[in-house]
Amino acid sequence: MQWFNLILQGVLIGGLYAMFAAGLSLIFGVMRLVNIAHGDLIVLAAYVALMVTQTLGIDPLTSLLLVVPIMAILGYALQRGLLNFTLGQDLLPPLLVTFGLSIIIQNGLLEWFTADSRKLQAGAIEIQAFQALPDVWVGVLPLIQFAVAVTVIAGLQALFYYTPLGRAFRATSDDQAVAQLMGLDTRHVFAMAMALSLAVVAIAGVFLAVRANFDPSIGPARLIFGFEAVIIGGLGNMWGTLIGGIVLGVSQAIGAQIDPGWQVLAGHIVFLIILGLRPQGLFPKVSG
Amino acid sequence: MTKVEHATRSSRIGVALTAVTLVALALAPFWGDRATLRLLAEIFTFVALASLWNLLAGYAGLVSVGQQAFVGLGGYLLFALVILAGVHPIVAIFLAGPIGALVAVPVAALTFRLRGAYFAIGTWVVAEVFRLLASQISALGGGSGVSLPAAAVIAMAPSRQMREFETYWLALALAVAVLGAIVALLRSRHGLALTAIRDNELAAQSNGIDVTRIKFAVYVLTGFGTAMIGALIFLMKLRVSPDTAFSVNDWTAFVIFITVIGGIGRIEGPIIGTVVFFALRQTLSDLGSLYLLMMGAVAIVVMLWAPKGLWGLIAERFGWQVLPLQRRLVLDKETGGHT
Amino acid sequence: MPEPLLDVRAIDAFYGDFQALFGVSLTVNVGEVAAVIGANGAGKSTLLKTIAGMMTPRHGNILFNGEAIGGAAAFDVLKLGIALVPEGRRLFPSLTVEENLLIGGQSRRPGPWTLDRVYQLFPVLAERRRLPAPALSGGQQQMCAIARALMANPRLLLCDEISLGLAPIVVRDIYAQLPAIVAEGLSLIVVEQDIAQALKAAARVYCLQEGRVALQGPARELTRERIAAAYFGV
Repeated sequence: MQWFNLILQGVLIGGLYAMFAAGLSLIFGVMRLVNIAHGDLIVLAAYVALMVTQTLGIDPLTSLLLVVPIMAILGYALQRGLLNFTLGQDLLPPLLVTFGLSIIIQNGLLEWFTADSRKLQAGAIEIQAFQALPDVWVGVLPLIQFAVAVTVIAGLQALFYYTPLGRAFRATSDDQAVAQLMGLDTRHVFAMAMALSLAVVAIAGVFLAVRANFDPSIGPARLIFGFEAVIIGGLGNMWGTLIGGIVLGVSQAIGAQIDPGWQVLAGHIVFLIILGLRPQGLFPKVSG
Repeated sequence: MTKVEHATRSSRIGVALTAVTLVALALAPFWGDRATLRLLAEIFTFVALASLWNLLAGYAGLVSVGQQAFVGLGGYLLFALVILAGVHPIVAIFLAGPIGALVAVPVAALTFRLRGAYFAIGTWVVAEVFRLLASQISALGGGSGVSLPAAAVIAMAPSRQMREFETYWLALALAVAVLGAIVALLRSRHGLALTAIRDNELAAQSNGIDVTRIKFAVYVLTGFGTAMIGALIFLMKLRVSPDTAFSVNDWTAFVIFITVIGGIGRIEGPIIGTVVFFALRQTLSDLGSLYLLMMGAVAIVVMLWAPKGLWGLIAERFGWQVLPLQRRLVLDKETGGHT
Repeated sequence: MPEPLLDVRAIDAFYGDFQALFGVSLTVNVGEVAAVIGANGAGKSTLLKTIAGMMTPRHGNILFNGEAIGGAAAFDVLKLGIALVPEGRRLFPSLTVEENLLIGGQSRRPGPWTLDRVYQLFPVLAERRRLPAPALSGGQQQMCAIARALMANPRLLLCDEISLGLAPIVVRDIYAQLPAIVAEGLSLIVVEQDIAQALKAAARVYCLQEGRVALQGPARELTRERIAAAYFGV
């Protein structure tokens, strides 16, 4: 039964990892951009939520109403003002610019907030749990986070395949030049994609902040977890990303059980094994 | 007969200047103080690291943000060989190279399955794996690391001054060797292939160049060099720990910024970049995270507005090259160029 | 004489350092079909791409409805009323037939062309509306590409080699629909390798040779000898 609990914890945190991955995956799908600053933006969202909850005295969940639009607008501006200029044939500019951005965000947060560990308080809900089965306890917060993650992914899928914006994303991703010929301002389309990605990042950031301590340096690890979830699950498949996140979460849980220092390492090793044996991922839809 | 010539007037001047500079640097222990020697040694290691990263990213198109894996590997190999196998520290440095190359083989095999930016993050994951594994090795201090035992330190040389001279010359020699090897590689047939890959990978491939094999070889060679430099760096520090050995900031961020600002894809770039970087660091002194923030901003600006870096701007404006790497066809006057 | 709908005045176009068009001039009047013919590499596609905004002309002017559009972005040019059916069809492979058409219509320009209207014009598209675009045959894809451009309700439609790679009977079927398109108030520029087809469909013909207009005139006045001479540059 202890193992069952363990796997369950892993599955639930997998949802959070899938949310880290979803924003990353979306951007890559639409504009072939890998945002190395992605993890740091999740941490930035956590700090924005910290400021919002502190100045307005509201709880983290409510703060989402402000944090999500703030991050979305930031995403639009970032893409329009900076990242659009890095897109093109060459691989180096987007990679190096987003790497530079990552360093800037980390150190900016360090200067502003210091390296102190912070956490968002969500109140009693943080320790609430219910008994689903004999000997199986499920935390309420992790369950909510998982449910939200599934909803976000379902929402993104729906947006991609059933809305005009999603159509614009797919058309632009297919053939940027012809999309422009059909009247799509691709600068705007890319910026909307980044805005959407950062909206998801905002939700992920708030959940991260409620779940555990955070400080300016934890961004790269979130990027890596998101990236591992995408690769394990397979590129181009949002539901695959969810599975990837779950596989990662479960691997980490098992690793932690063997030895606490092995938690993250276990996830990396599973990732490397899958990379070695099945590089296209578990459920691939497109090639990278 | 047509000949291929490498040198130009500017490169002849450049080579002469370089020779003079090298002699002056070799004599530094006799005209410089301790602090100067330490600074110069640091500069040499960064020039070497940046040149290797430049070879990987600027020529082979492999952008790695995980080279700290090999720096740390070299560092840990040094301490492992010295502490656990009783090897002389300097011998350990020379062993770190081949072992680093051996490790690079499976790493490349795995990470090459990823493309572009995903490859970059993959190399980062590998570095993280190395870091986490290193912190599990209790014989080398686990998470807090370990210092070089006194016996090994003394084995290097009887006096502290001699030891510092030794490591200084080693740093200079290693930097020169790395640069020399890179120049030799670029002047060779393989170097021509590399330059072709740098300019247009697809065209290079369709011209029969085995791009994957060359990239693999370059990655392994870079691992070789980076591990040796890592070993030297941590010999100079006399102490190693997982966080310092595998630090992204120290061994990747600074190296990338140096290369970007100096000029990617040109051999003079990392040299210029290192000089600029250290000049800034000396004048701005230690601003900590603010300094990193500024470097990041400058790197972004350079990447967008002067993607060829400082040396790129200079070289294109004046047609200079310091080291004779161009290939120019010289037509034979007598036969009018036809054979 | 009323003002021409499209007035291209002595434009040069470059691909990097390579000059593809040399002082090319062309006019299209309202309700007119103009054909641009020429050998491969003569600059026909380049001309259409420059008009559509995919490329910027280096000298000269492009006036549409009296307004200068040279150098305007492609998405702005579409909003002004010029739509291009690109060479090689270039449908969006991830999208279904209907989604491709809807993309064409997303600029919401007012006009007679709606989903129903284009399905009337090309019924075979209606039958296959939910199929992914790559599943269509060459001729059907060409119809889809034309319909997609029509959905933008342009005033000027540019057709780049719509006969390329298609069986003659399919080409005839597609060209048979052009009069219906013109009847709805559109003007056309048709780039064609199939000279006979071009001469049949168009009122005016321009022949390009190595980036220059070698011959121009009303279709019925041009003899085969003159066209061959201009086409091949003899």
